[in-house]
Amino acid sequence: MNLALADIRHRLGRFLMTCVGLGLLMAVALSMVGIYQGVVAEALALSRSLHAELWVVEQGTRGPFAESSRIPGDVRAIVARVPGVAEAGAITLRTAEAKAPQGILRMQIMGYEPGRPGGPSAIEAGRGLGGARFEMVVDARARLPLGATVELGGDRYRVVGLTRGLVASGGDPLAFVHLRDSQDLQFKLAPPAARRALAAGAGTGSTDTVNAVIARLHPGADPDAVAETIRRWKHLAALTDAEQADILTRSVVQRARVQLGMFTIVLLFVSAVIIALIIYTMTMDKLREIATLKLIGASDRTIVGLVLQQALILGGAGFVAATGIVFATRDFFPRAVALGPAEVAVMAGVIGFICVLGSLVSIRAALAIEPQQALGG
Amino acid sequence: MTARIALEGIGKTFGAGETALRALDRIDLVVHPGEVVGLKGPSGSGKSTLLNIVACILEPTDGRLALDGETVWDGRYRVADLRRLRRERIGLIFQFHNLLPFLTATDNVALAMTLAGTDPAKARGRARDLLDYLQIGKRAGAMPSRLSGGEAQRVAIARALANRPGIILADEPTAALDSERARVVMDLLRQVAQDQQAAILVVTHDEKIFDRFDRMVALRDGRIEQDWRRAA
Ligand SMILES: Nc1ncnc2c1ncn2[C@@H]1O[C@H](COP(=O)(O)OP(=O)(O)O)[C@@H](O)[C@H]1O
Ligand SMILES: [Mg+2]
Repeated sequence: MNLALADIRHRLGRFLMTCVGLGLLMAVALSMVGIYQGVVAEALALSRSLHAELWVVEQGTRGPFAESSRIPGDVRAIVARVPGVAEAGAITLRTAEAKAPQGILRMQIMGYEPGRPGGPSAIEAGRGLGGARFEMVVDARARLPLGATVELGGDRYRVVGLTRGLVASGGDPLAFVHLRDSQDLQFKLAPPAARRALAAGAGTGSTDTVNAVIARLHPGADPDAVAETIRRWKHLAALTDAEQADILTRSVVQRARVQLGMFTIVLLFVSAVIIALIIYTMTMDKLREIATLKLIGASDRTIVGLVLQQALILGGAGFVAATGIVFATRDFFPRAVALGPAEVAVMAGVIGFICVLGSLVSIRAALAIEPQQALGG
Repeated sequence: MTARIALEGIGKTFGAGETALRALDRIDLVVHPGEVVGLKGPSGSGKSTLLNIVACILEPTDGRLALDGETVWDGRYRVADLRRLRRERIGLIFQFHNLLPFLTATDNVALAMTLAGTDPAKARGRARDLLDYLQIGKRAGAMPSRLSGGEAQRVAIARALANRPGIILADEPTAALDSERARVVMDLLRQVAQDQQAAILVVTHDEKIFDRFDRMVALRDGRIEQDWRRAA
């Protein structure tokens, strides 16, 4: 017979209530880990989906996500001819508010030329952009159905395709449009003064401006070497995908990441204290039983085993409840709750560790119980 | 013949200074294998204290305690693992039966054996035999909260007998039993004393069972007032 299980079975109702409570607390901690992972994953989702190995941006910037970058559209053709580059695509990127059937929708508008790098690598529903103007592929996060119309800068766009998991670092859904449309939009949404100057042919004199050019390389080409070649052009900077990923996680979502990380640590700390208290209460509720065990000659190993096993059973049951709660509710969160087997396993380990740590005080107290305490009253 | 229990000049003081209480003073008592000894005396005379000292639950303040010829205490404990000594060599029966509330009657008895290293299946088998022997076999699967006082006391007795200890210590074991059952329990203990050559020390007020003892020790104010043997 296992004493820990027998005692739990004896007060099953109370134990289950405790597990549910603990499960809710752990669910919050687990969601926090998921949200943290989600912020990082979402920040990287776009650049991953683009399969870009090189980002060519305006000199002196670390664009287009961390800083704004503007380069002439013909840079694309130059980049495409650099040895080692297999294909190159120009992209624009800006945030805009669109009028959608359900109201104003904030989106990150990304312009690219279909057939060239810059589009989503996977379409969840519908199709990718075709040759026609005013088509849009939008992320499912925007909750727009296929065929919906969205008004942007006075033009009506039709949703022809949906992606999944492509959002800007702030959580706004991505919307892909044709490069030409996005450049028009850029012009229409520009402040009136700048627009007049542009229309008069002053300044840069061209609306063929893009924010970045992304390149895919030939197999075997060294991204750093190709980047070095491009950097020799005036006005251009080049970032490898690794550098871009680093900027995205270290710089763009840094504050959100640290904020969530701190909060996760606070939650884990609170959980640890609460778990320790619950285990202590559970142990002290059994003071008389533990004294009786000592009276009939149970060794310290038996007593430690009883406390520790109950702590682990409690932690395990709470964690199973927590995982159930999080996976049942994660779709209701506005941002991704990214939990894979790895995160769940690590959290299980952390909770196990917290349970062991939390039982130490109780184990000490249990070992200090005198057998006479079974005899009173 | 080695004495099962030997107390020489055992004393016990609770507390210190002005509030110090001398609960036992210069107790000399030897109990031999097979002997069934009753311990009586007014409330507060030190009976439980004496029993707990023999059970190594309470540390004496003076004297010497030896069990089966082995010095257990003489100023300090000479046995490293008192709980092992208790689970292997001493059977304890208390006034409050002290069963574990989350184990069935059978498991309460079997636990005493598994703690001493008996294989669980074997322990359960012997536990059921013991409960049958104590005529509560049909309550074997019941939880302690479902047992009457007398039933629970007999489960506690079965547990005390489980490891066939050489020493059985009982504090008012028949208090919750009617006189019929009380006699049955005492006869059972006498049987065990005979079969296992166990030394049995029983604290009791219960005059109905005085005739079941070989020897009666009376305590008063922490001292042995009388120690008499029944004529053989
Ligand atoms: N743990 C203790 N602390 C202080 N005094 C105690 C303690 N246990 C017993 N005593 C005192 O020791 C004396 C003997 O008690 P006890 O052995 O329980 O007597 P009995 O069992 O004969 O009624 C009593 O005066 C009692 O109050
Ligand atoms: Mg007493």
